[in-house]
Amino acid sequence: MSILINKNTKVICQGFTGKNGTFHSEQAIAYGTKMVGGVTPGKGGTEHLGLPVFNTVADAVRATGADASVIYVPAPFVMDSIMEALDAGIQIIVCITEGVPTLDMLKCKVACDNADVVLIGPNCPGVITPDECKIGIMPGHIHKKGRVGIVSRSGTLTYEAVKQTTDMGFGQSTCVGIGGDPIPGSNFIDILARFQEDPETEAIVMIGEIGGTAEEEAAEFIKNHVTKPVVSYIAGVTAPAGKRMGHAGAIISGGKGTAAEKFAALEAAGVKVTRNLAEIGSTLKEATGW
Amino acid sequence: MNLHEYQGKALFREYGLPVSSGVACDTTDEVLAAAKQIGGDMWVVKAQVHAGGRGKAGGVKLVKTEAEIREFCDRLIGTRLVTYQTDAHGQPVSKILIESCTDIANELYLGAVVDRSTRRIVFMASTEGGVEIEKVAEETPEKILKAAIDPLVGPQPYQARQMGFKLGLNATQLKQFTQIFMGLAKLFDEKDVALIEVNPLVITDEGNLHCLDAKVVVDSNAMYRHPELGAMHDPSQEDEREAQAAKWELNYVALDGNIGCMVNGAGLAMGTMDTVKLHGGSPANFLDVGGGATKERVAEAFKIILSDANVKAVFVNIFGGIVRCDMIAEGIIGAVEEVGVEVPVVVRLEGNSADKGAEILSQSDLNIIAGESLTDAAQKVVAAAGGVA
Repeated sequence: MSILINKNTKVICQGFTGKNGTFHSEQAIAYGTKMVGGVTPGKGGTEHLGLPVFNTVADAVRATGADASVIYVPAPFVMDSIMEALDAGIQIIVCITEGVPTLDMLKCKVACDNADVVLIGPNCPGVITPDECKIGIMPGHIHKKGRVGIVSRSGTLTYEAVKQTTDMGFGQSTCVGIGGDPIPGSNFIDILARFQEDPETEAIVMIGEIGGTAEEEAAEFIKNHVTKPVVSYIAGVTAPAGKRMGHAGAIISGGKGTAAEKFAALEAAGVKVTRNLAEIGSTLKEATGW
Repeated sequence: MNLHEYQGKALFREYGLPVSSGVACDTTDEVLAAAKQIGGDMWVVKAQVHAGGRGKAGGVKLVKTEAEIREFCDRLIGTRLVTYQTDAHGQPVSKILIESCTDIANELYLGAVVDRSTRRIVFMASTEGGVEIEKVAEETPEKILKAAIDPLVGPQPYQARQMGFKLGLNATQLKQFTQIFMGLAKLFDEKDVALIEVNPLVITDEGNLHCLDAKVVVDSNAMYRHPELGAMHDPSQEDEREAQAAKWELNYVALDGNIGCMVNGAGLAMGTMDTVKLHGGSPANFLDVGGGATKERVAEAFKIILSDANVKAVFVNIFGGIVRCDMIAEGIIGAVEEVGVEVPVVVRLEGNSADKGAEILSQSDLNIIAGESLTDAAQKVVAAAGGVA
């Protein structure tokens, strides 16, 4: 078991023949992901990376039975791509693209919720279930199949947590990058709920950062609904207020969204937090007794 | 992206919202001419900077004579205005907005923002206008009325009426308030706004609603579909180095420490700053060099980091995911040679071919110190910058 995706997940790529779509689809295929094709309007009927190209997502779903889609199209076309995937019956949409207008995401999020479709991202590294399925841009080789579920707003910080849990021999059940935007398709709570239900996930690492109150809301959820050990790290202790720290969502505004508030909320919820990025793995060891 | 008040008011006007007649001017003479053009015997002059708290800082004044206008403009144009919202250097004043005067009987607050936890555009209104809304929210949250806009249905007049009745408006004001609410909501949606504030929204002596200030922040991600907003961009209001970095699509934020940081990924860049601090150092900046970390980008990043005279050492922290660390190491060496970096550079490479990368770094005869782990590298860079602060 795992969450969201596994070895049977059939994946298509939107923006398949573009530079990013091509590069990361090659990597996904090499990793063993069950890629079944891709979509590039106007190139339907051709082949790319040995897989069929379709004009529309609907065609791709009909021909391949795909249930997941990964989106690499440029930001102006993301809303269109998400809605097309939704309309075609895709169940899990993973959007890697960065720079999507926030108001587009407000609409997409409602549409996905109404259809009960999972949207991950945008502006995220994607989702990986080690040794089974890799959807996104994360380096597959640092992962190891195992028992830790990782959820994070940051790509590179996810890799840090992955590496530490791999080095300590724990491995990962599934790693989900929910992305650094203010309106993510899935938030911490959506993913925590799945990890709590997943028998293969024995402990959870949650990596947050400054901006918004998603970590505080997650803390409340953990207190009431999560029985598995949770370890957390929050980036941005030294970030100044009012400045956007790279991610669109990483900003302390009106004195809200500081790392200190998030650490406090998580600690109050019984989460084992670490303020040292290098000690995520060792903190997990302490929290679990492994 | 922030807009100036005069730009925000131009948008308000476009959407039929009541704003004062005013002119944004570059020189004292222009302001004087505008005063004549507007007419009357009293005006408000306002320094145009991307910061709140202008009134208290002397950046807003009621003026009655030519001499007063001259004094205000000569004192401010070409200087920097320091308010409680700016840093110690303040924001440059290059434009003055002169407006007709408005009698104020009462001050309200009306604003809208993308609320992250409810995932809605949320309007907020309060009878406590003219003061910081954050303070009102903190001290008397019950005084803030809220209305969430359904992303699929859009704003409805009843939402404005609900707020208006609670604000104690009369029948005429209620109509005006509804019009303002609907206009702001339309503006929010059509112009990809991230935050809009009318603070204060005043009730004049005649009992009419009037937008006395306009704060508008638009979504930078949506600029591709709003060239008209792109034209309003005022780079003079941004930190020079941040603007320079933006040209190379590097995310840079200046801080006041002495350890320059160059990192791939926004989260890791923040994490690196925190790690420096954890080991007793003080970060000089946030910088996300992006996934590629090619020689060109690294070289540009070095230039920006080193343009800060406080920097005594540089911490390069790269998690090579798909990009190989040996390639990154060569890029770093090339960039250090090209830029002529004179301060010590501590490099931590992790991930793909990290060992090879470290080997290449250790063989170079440049002032590059290889960090063996995140902690080791952080300790080394803190020592290189002169030890624990």
